[in-house]
Amino acid sequence: MLRDLWGHRAFVAAIVRREFALRSVRAVWGALWLLIQPAVLILIYTVVFGQLLHARLPGVSDSLGYGLFVCAGLITWGFFSELVLRSQNLFLEHAPLLKAVRFPRSLLPIALVLACSINFALIAGIFLVTLLFIGRWPGVALLGTIPLLAVQSLLAIGLGVLVGTLHVFFRDVGQMAQVLLQFWFWLTPIVYPVSIVPDAARAVIAWNPMFYLVSGYQRVILEHAMPEWGGLPIIFAAALASGLLSWWVFRLLSPDLVDEL
Amino acid sequence: MTSSVELAGIGKCYKRYARPSHRLLEWASFGARERHLKHWVLSDVSFSAQPGEAVGIVGVNGAGKSTLLKIIKGTVRPSSGRVACAGRVAALELGLGFHPDFDGRENAITAGALLGLDGATVRRLLPEIEGFAEIGGAIDDPVRTYSSGMQLRLAFAVATAVRPEVLMIDEALAVGDAYFQQKCIGRIRRFREQGTTLLFASHDPGAVRTLCDRALLLDGGQLVREGEPVSVLDYYNAMIARRTAEYEIRTAEALGSHPTSTRSGDQRATIETASLWDESGDVRVVQVGAAVAVRIEGRVRERIDGLTVGISIRDRLGNEVFGTNTHHARLRGPSLRPGEAFRAEFRFAMNLGCGTYTLTTALHSGSVHLEGNYDWWDKVLVFQVVPGDEPTFVGCAYLPTSMRFEAIE
Repeated sequence: MLRDLWGHRAFVAAIVRREFALRSVRAVWGALWLLIQPAVLILIYTVVFGQLLHARLPGVSDSLGYGLFVCAGLITWGFFSELVLRSQNLFLEHAPLLKAVRFPRSLLPIALVLACSINFALIAGIFLVTLLFIGRWPGVALLGTIPLLAVQSLLAIGLGVLVGTLHVFFRDVGQMAQVLLQFWFWLTPIVYPVSIVPDAARAVIAWNPMFYLVSGYQRVILEHAMPEWGGLPIIFAAALASGLLSWWVFRLLSPDLVDEL
Repeated sequence: MTSSVELAGIGKCYKRYARPSHRLLEWASFGARERHLKHWVLSDVSFSAQPGEAVGIVGVNGAGKSTLLKIIKGTVRPSSGRVACAGRVAALELGLGFHPDFDGRENAITAGALLGLDGATVRRLLPEIEGFAEIGGAIDDPVRTYSSGMQLRLAFAVATAVRPEVLMIDEALAVGDAYFQQKCIGRIRRFREQGTTLLFASHDPGAVRTLCDRALLLDGGQLVREGEPVSVLDYYNAMIARRTAEYEIRTAEALGSHPTSTRSGDQRATIETASLWDESGDVRVVQVGAAVAVRIEGRVRERIDGLTVGISIRDRLGNEVFGTNTHHARLRGPSLRPGEAFRAEFRFAMNLGCGTYTLTTALHSGSVHLEGNYDWWDKVLVFQVVPGDEPTFVGCAYLPTSMRFEAIE
């Protein structure tokens, strides 16, 4: 199977390349726009919230603290939600291709993960350059984010393909996923620190796998310390379960999939 | 020789749900209760094609041609049957992977990759693709500025850059101009000599005749005919003529422009129905030479001895073409009690020229309706005669002909 995928690398590359070329074609600044958007985002959170509105994390007097805290969560959450939401339309978006040529369908999620990863790498790259610039480089602790990102991608693509497959048959699923994702965002301490949350709500948040992941990133960026690994095996198990579930559902429904496009 | 395409008992059924929620209910019952209607677009299609062979697939829109091609390509799964293809299958996909904002070269590379060629191969073949497409400097322009013919040129050049084992071409080829079509046909011929099987789906009888060794006729998802392109296409044309005629008659009837039928008689016996039958059933369109039956059903009001049932066929100008009755045939009908129904059937070969005809029926006593006219129904039905398998002929009658043509010493 792996050899089959490798044989189709030009196919995957074509889809990914197309994805990025589309954003820059017919624009004077072209690829520059890929960088401008995240740069503005980072600027708003660090300067506007930290400097102008004086938003502070409880117990931290640092004027940049809140901005970095939000960026750490928001950028990684953005990667997660982009993957889930994009895979929701994965099959519908590529309907003409699915009808025209035969190829292993697993190439589509692979191409999506690649495209989103590149996008994330650009944004994270700008963020890291900013950190270096303001003297907040996290150092080796940064390596701690790699397993977190891997588990997060697995979780996202697992849920995404599940939603994407069901979405072909019931268009309600996509709408529902968007609503749930909104709830999920606010249930994750991204723009607020978990310390301000009442105990009752914290019990709910404790069940949220994204809470562990996001607080891991925040810890790396703010405290320059490795993430706490305690929760990781459980989240990995959850991500694996979501992956297997979506694989099973996809296998079950794929005979009818193209018929519904 | 092993065949390069082999289809055995291919069927394709689409599920139709009246409402989206019905699918949910069906899933919730784990398939125990089926909530969908099965819509078969293909049933029991079997054929095989040898390397180097060119097979034309003809049929009206919705006959199942493209579903069949998709099944051979492997993008649509058949609901029943087996399909096997030897080697790479390439299809001319107009606009696959083409993005209007990218230039021709970029689109050619992407399309090649999507068709399963690796990047290095596409780049190596790019000059050749450009050369074949012959769109000149336009290769550097965005595809949105291309005409559909130029898009076809590029798409065909990419699809056939590497010789596939099975090549599928559909109606899209018709977009090209005569020069480019010739060029495509030349390349297809060369591929075939090297062992490529061509599957050509088309409505164009001329193209199928020149390009193909064999033709398949699909109708209503079934393989109706298979054989020499010429004979299959003739059958196809007759089928279309028949449909057109049926449609015209149906519209005419719906519009009420049915030729005014007149009826006279003292109604001591009445015609209830008059119908025209061929081997396929109750019809209004028949092929030249077809064995048909005119069936007349009626009822007598009182006791009648020696009832005569007659028919007459008139052409569209009202000329009587043929007519006869049971009296002339010395056929004594049953003796009928009051209220009793009867049926008379006239069987003959429809050896008439093509055209529209009307049928007149009559119930009377004796040899002509002037003696005792019970019911005389003019233009009770309209039917059409269309070409069948016979050699082309002109005129108002078809006289089956055998010919000899030889030199004399």
